Amino acid sequence: MAYERQADFGTPEVRSETSVTLSIDGRSVTVPAGTSVMRAAAEAGGTIPKLCATDNLKAFGSCRLCLIEVEGMRGTPASCTTIAAEGMVVKTQTPRLEKLRRGVMELYISDHPLDCLTCSANNDCELQDAAAQVGLRDVRYGYEGASHLGRKPDVSNPYFLFAPDKCIACSRCVRACDEVQGTFALTMDGRGFASRISAGQADDTFLSSECVSCGACVQACPTSALMEKSVKQHGKPERAVVTTCAYCGVGCTFRAEMRGEQLVRMVPWKDGKANHGHSCVKGRFAWGYANHKDRITSPMIRESIDEPWREVSWEEALAFTAGRLKAIRDQYGARALGGITSSRCTNEETYLVQKLVRAGFGSNNVDTCARVCHSPTGYGLKTTFGTSAGTQDFDSVMDADVILVIGANPTDAHPVFGSRIKQRLRQGAKLIVIDPRRIDLVKSPHVRAEHHLALQPGTNVAVLTAMAHVIVTEGLVADAFVGERCETDAFEDWARFVSDAKHSPEVLEAVTHVPAERLRAAARLYATGGNGAIYYGLGVTEHSQGSSTVMAIANLAMATGNVGRPGVGVNPLRGQNNVQGSCDMGSFPHELPGYRHIHDVETRALFEADWGVSLDTEPGLRIPNMLDAAVDGTFRALYVQGEDILQSDPDTHHVAAGLAAMDCVIVHDLFLNETANYAHVFLPGSTFLEKDGTFTNAERRIQLVRKVMEPANGMADWEVTQALANAMGLGWTYTHPREVMDEIARLTPSFTGVSHARLDAEGSLQWPVNAAHPDGSPIMHADGFVRGKGHFVVTDYVPTDEKTGPRFPLLLTTGRILSQYNVGAQTRRTENTVWHGEDALEIHPVDAENRGVKDGDWVRLASRTGETTLRATVTDRVAPGVVYTTFHHPETQANVVTTDYSDWATNCPEYKVTAVQVTPSNGPSDWQADYAAQAARSRRIEAEPAA
Amino acid sequence: MSNAAKLVMMANQIARNFAVQGEDKAVAETARHILDFWDPRMKAQLFSCGEADLSPLAARAVARLRTKEEGVSGRSG
Repeated sequence: MAYERQADFGTPEVRSETSVTLSIDGRSVTVPAGTSVMRAAAEAGGTIPKLCATDNLKAFGSCRLCLIEVEGMRGTPASCTTIAAEGMVVKTQTPRLEKLRRGVMELYISDHPLDCLTCSANNDCELQDAAAQVGLRDVRYGYEGASHLGRKPDVSNPYFLFAPDKCIACSRCVRACDEVQGTFALTMDGRGFASRISAGQADDTFLSSECVSCGACVQACPTSALMEKSVKQHGKPERAVVTTCAYCGVGCTFRAEMRGEQLVRMVPWKDGKANHGHSCVKGRFAWGYANHKDRITSPMIRESIDEPWREVSWEEALAFTAGRLKAIRDQYGARALGGITSSRCTNEETYLVQKLVRAGFGSNNVDTCARVCHSPTGYGLKTTFGTSAGTQDFDSVMDADVILVIGANPTDAHPVFGSRIKQRLRQGAKLIVIDPRRIDLVKSPHVRAEHHLALQPGTNVAVLTAMAHVIVTEGLVADAFVGERCETDAFEDWARFVSDAKHSPEVLEAVTHVPAERLRAAARLYATGGNGAIYYGLGVTEHSQGSSTVMAIANLAMATGNVGRPGVGVNPLRGQNNVQGSCDMGSFPHELPGYRHIHDVETRALFEADWGVSLDTEPGLRIPNMLDAAVDGTFRALYVQGEDILQSDPDTHHVAAGLAAMDCVIVHDLFLNETANYAHVFLPGSTFLEKDGTFTNAERRIQLVRKVMEPANGMADWEVTQALANAMGLGWTYTHPREVMDEIARLTPSFTGVSHARLDAEGSLQWPVNAAHPDGSPIMHADGFVRGKGHFVVTDYVPTDEKTGPRFPLLLTTGRILSQYNVGAQTRRTENTVWHGEDALEIHPVDAENRGVKDGDWVRLASRTGETTLRATVTDRVAPGVVYTTFHHPETQANVVTTDYSDWATNCPEYKVTAVQVTPSNGPSDWQADYAAQAARSRRIEAEPAA
Repeated sequence: MSNAAKLVMMANQIARNFAVQGEDKAVAETARHILDFWDPRMKAQLFSCGEADLSPLAARAVARLRTKEEGVSGRSG
């Protein structure tokens, strides 16, 4: 579409069962009761001049530009704060209004630099528009008096600047920070002429303030006072394409605003159903990696990993790769080959990779990065509810009365949804946080958790069992729901188990370190506080009892009747943009697309008929099993699309040993990542900006990804996989990802009604989309559980085998932060490094003092598995005995410390519990130095021979 | 840890988590879980490990898998 600003109706949409009809400039307009006159006029196609109003903020009524006349009403009220009433007669343009508006505009313009031609907002400025709308022709006050002109801009933020001389003090940025983002970093300092926008304290800049760089203020600004530096650099966009963010599982939709093939800026799309026009620092600004100098755009091969890379043509690379794969298959059998799909790639690409492995390689050795994050969600929710997905849409949180967040840090890892949670909490919902760390939600401006259960890492099941004990023994079970919707015998077994006195909060306190009375109060609140909604993350799944914890959560929700309607439910917060989709697409080694087991004869026959091959009838290897088998010599070749297992997976030494043992490792990625150090083939990948397809977010919402520029490497990832398949002799003929989606819909019952054409027309669809749910399914299990009756599972607390002791007395838990994303391959190659340039170890002041460690010191972090060094951050955010770090930087390689203990049901690694010791250090360890040298050697690219 | 030792540990871990369901059910569920989620070479290697390091529940589950007892073979997902 040609570039134009997104429509702005001035005040938020109102939902009401009743409507009112009024007359605006002689036109009859019907709107929901409660709608402002400004919005009513806009919906009727009119435009009332405005400056302080925008439709994602509450009406403010300060700019005095949107004045109207209302028959029978005195004065000239502001249309943004005047609510439409039945029979109201409104005039938006009269001589009196014209005069008033011009007078107001004169005041604004008298203190505004008239540098429109050189202003980065030229021709895209609401102040300019308003001046034109009111017919401003003269400024009677002149420009010589006191003004704000000449004030120095604040350029501290890497992505946007604040030019105070362009500010009209409309407060939109302040209100956006408060109402939309919920950070409250901005204030309007001073009064009257002295009013000025201030980030943080008086001596703060935007960068040093609490600002999280979400961009809400920039989007809200009607002038260029807050403006993206990229617009200043590249100019006004000329076209906009709506697409889906490739960072976290919230699945924000953005307008990629372009000039030629240059991305000028990413602006959150107001009609996006997951984000409603909001964004975070990653999706909004951190897209510079797409053109980073480290990006590899030519295929490369090498005979052995000791050699430098050699750039070759696509033909040579594919022939080399297919030749190796076939040779390995001939010598060792099909089960010696496998692949890893990417949760960052599209559904269509993921589907093709698993199809290549099953139909081309001939094994079921396909797995995905969900193995190391939400595989327990798949197991746990399928067992209890019947389907491997969250139950709600994101909007559901606005109907929640009690929000229980366990093992998740939404304001860092799912920031746009974190802001939504905060909005609901500010409206009065209660919050329970179960987490070893004091995450931001526990206490932040205007948000305070009712209960923070700071449990000992590894005791989730014990805490949830104790909560269940309270609910059952205090008679808080939703008997009618359980009686009607759940299996009676299983419920009774579970109720009997949790009622046992040994599961009381008082007894389990010794294990969980959670005060019994606090836990009882939290359980009572969740059971009796109205709609109870549970949101959880990797602090639930990445444990030896990850699957048990998911089932324990499902048990709690069923016991309290909190399933099947808005405001409730069990909601996994998915880490990556397409974790849900990659799982849906058959990326697990035991399941075909749509979560159907490979043992299922009918399903297998369906795919065999469509693909024209015979499928292996047995489950394949999971990622950790692949590495074990590689060390054993029975797994020899791996195709890895868009994942860096050497950095992301636990026990780095073991991952390296597995990769080094293989005969053919194919890395298909944007960059020479850490895994590529052990690769024989590098196939350059494409960014989400360079391809078409779909992502499925954490609420099962399928959304289109649209190509905005040509792939720098010449081929989108789906084309690369197809080329490799064809080099293997498969004869695929897809010409567009829409054809892949058609095949998915043909073979997958929950996707029957999905097509690119329909997604293009409707914006998004939430699966299942089929005959039973033709318009998709925002809320699941509304009329009964997918499996029929809900299944309670007795979940016994089994302590992890990873124990602290004299040598390793502390517990390490790992996670991520707002500005970086997983292994950092993308965000480390953006200016987000200004916020997080290296991993640091959070350690409690008492533990630090006992070790002679001060804030900022280098420390050695050692476990039974390995050791690394990093700098310490001394903070009481972690409990005594617990330390925390991130895994964003390969220089640290936090996973050299984590163990290969894993979830009993799914092998999801136990990242959240590692026994460690922390001691002072002088700097990087020998291992880190060796690793850096090896990585540098491995990344050598052979110089082209002289002509 | 050797691959075989790891597989034994995994089988014991599965059995331990099903143990709360009672011995007979735990044996059946452990066997079913291994059948449904393990690659054939993992099963074969587990079978070849002997029972020495297996918990009693896991050992019974492995024995059942070996002899393909009552309804755990070829089930659908």
